[in-house]
Amino acid sequence: MPANRFNNFTDYGIGIGLRATHYDHILTRKPVCDWFEIISENFMVDGGRPLEILDRILQQYRVVQHGVSMYFGSADKIDREHLRRLKALVQRTNTPWLSDHLCWGSVDGRYTHDLLPMPYTFEAAKITAQKIREVRDYLEIPLVVENVSSYAEFHVSEMTEWEFLNEVVERADCGILLDVNNIYVSSQNHSFDPEVYVNSIPADRVAQIHIAGHSKYRKYILDTHDHPVIDPVWKLYDRAIQRAGHTATLLEWDDHIPTFNEVHDEALKADKFLASASLATAV
Amino acid sequence: MKLQAIQRRMARAVMTPLTPAERMRNVSPRGRSMHAEASSFIKANDRLTSFERLEIYNRQYWFRMLSAMTDDFPGLRAVLGDRSFDALSKAYLRDCPSTSFTLRNLGSKLEAWIRKHPRYAATRQQLAIDMVRLEWADIEAFDGESLPPLQAENLTNANPATLRLKLQPYARLLDLRYPVDDLLLAVKGKNQDDADFASNAFSEKHRRKRVAAVARLKPAPIFLVVHRADYFVYFRRIEREEFHILSALRAGKTLERAIGGAFRGSTIPVEERAGNVAQWFHSWSALGWFCLSGN
Repeated sequence: MPANRFNNFTDYGIGIGLRATHYDHILTRKPVCDWFEIISENFMVDGGRPLEILDRILQQYRVVQHGVSMYFGSADKIDREHLRRLKALVQRTNTPWLSDHLCWGSVDGRYTHDLLPMPYTFEAAKITAQKIREVRDYLEIPLVVENVSSYAEFHVSEMTEWEFLNEVVERADCGILLDVNNIYVSSQNHSFDPEVYVNSIPADRVAQIHIAGHSKYRKYILDTHDHPVIDPVWKLYDRAIQRAGHTATLLEWDDHIPTFNEVHDEALKADKFLASASLATAV
Repeated sequence: MKLQAIQRRMARAVMTPLTPAERMRNVSPRGRSMHAEASSFIKANDRLTSFERLEIYNRQYWFRMLSAMTDDFPGLRAVLGDRSFDALSKAYLRDCPSTSFTLRNLGSKLEAWIRKHPRYAATRQQLAIDMVRLEWADIEAFDGESLPPLQAENLTNANPATLRLKLQPYARLLDLRYPVDDLLLAVKGKNQDDADFASNAFSEKHRRKRVAAVARLKPAPIFLVVHRADYFVYFRRIEREEFHILSALRAGKTLERAIGGAFRGSTIPVEERAGNVAQWFHSWSALGWFCLSGN
């Protein structure tokens, strides 16, 4: 199932996150890269160099937007100025789908700029799904939500994280950006079996997959996006691909960023899993 | 507990300032035990207490915010020194947490906040204010809106008595008591040897001075346009009279009134003024500062 309604029936392959440190390499060398994921908020500005760079990238490459501050799970109302700027960017990039996180990060108009974990309650699922629907209706493109890494759990939770994810996407009728590194990080921090998580998500809603590295501390793992992908995460990726089929895949690398080629080579390791999935589908 | 109540409690804890050792406080600003507060809504696990799990988010918040302040205001940091800048940043963030979806706007209230809280800048309040104004203008000029530049043919048959020229929205006009442009360029390590028409290579003697030396600036009023050329931000020093003309145009005054009011108290000889104005307009037009509509 390479293309579905949640990724606008596209068949994107392996991409990497567009980062400022690689601008010069990309614009001068024009390396082959199937697509780039941009952080929407970095380009929701009125003009200047960010938009000039973006326009030059758009002349050569396919771009998908990924947001970090829509906060679908926040009890606050949607920020209309945020939406207005986001829609202008969507029209500029022609992103086939748009992703943001299943989390919250602001309350009473104050922003933490973090991806804070949700309490897994039916009330939270209902509020979150309603906001996803509102944003999708305004933007008029498919929306997908990404599971986040977390370091805390709430007493009030009424279900597991994957049950909550399923509850939200069913209520909102939206897609999933499955971050297998985040599943691994949270599984270690909360002592659950990550494969149960991957096996529990509705595969037909997976529009995109994220892979990344992380940092291990003595008592917990932090989602830092500053290392190569580790084998247990590749194993989860393999399982996700077996279930969802050939899916648009993106490597995130946000800190201590190596050269473009090193990042791209790390991302292309996903190829062998995608190839075996394609083979299985063909058979 | 309802969603909003949980989010308010967690946000309050996450945004509570850290201890000097960069750990979560044992007691909240409201006097409640943070251990009890954390335990009331966050589960412990076999490795971490509720307090320790909440502390991860508390520390991440402050590290992220302080890093953003350091990125956005390196000049202010040079003016105040690391310790005072750190204390000022923490106090500012406590009073003015982000209210925008983008961290780009984090420092938007800093100038006003320093004016209200001069003790954080000690004896350097005016220098600090000037630097913050310049650094905020730098941010705004970097990604501000750009409109199509005015062309000569747009002015055919224009009457100066009624003509209102518009400035590019990204251009920022600053009247400063200290020459902080020098300092900021030094802090940012910009190579002034590259200075060209777009920037003013006015002070060759300062070029190799260290940041620490420049930080002891003496007052010397300057007028600046923070503008953009080829998508890069430049600081261009202008004459006092230029500043008054541009400010008047931005305020919506006609060309005739803008020029007429600019030379009050001017030391420029009357016979030179017409030539100066012609030269200034030539430069401003070449830099694309006038636009067809907007602001």
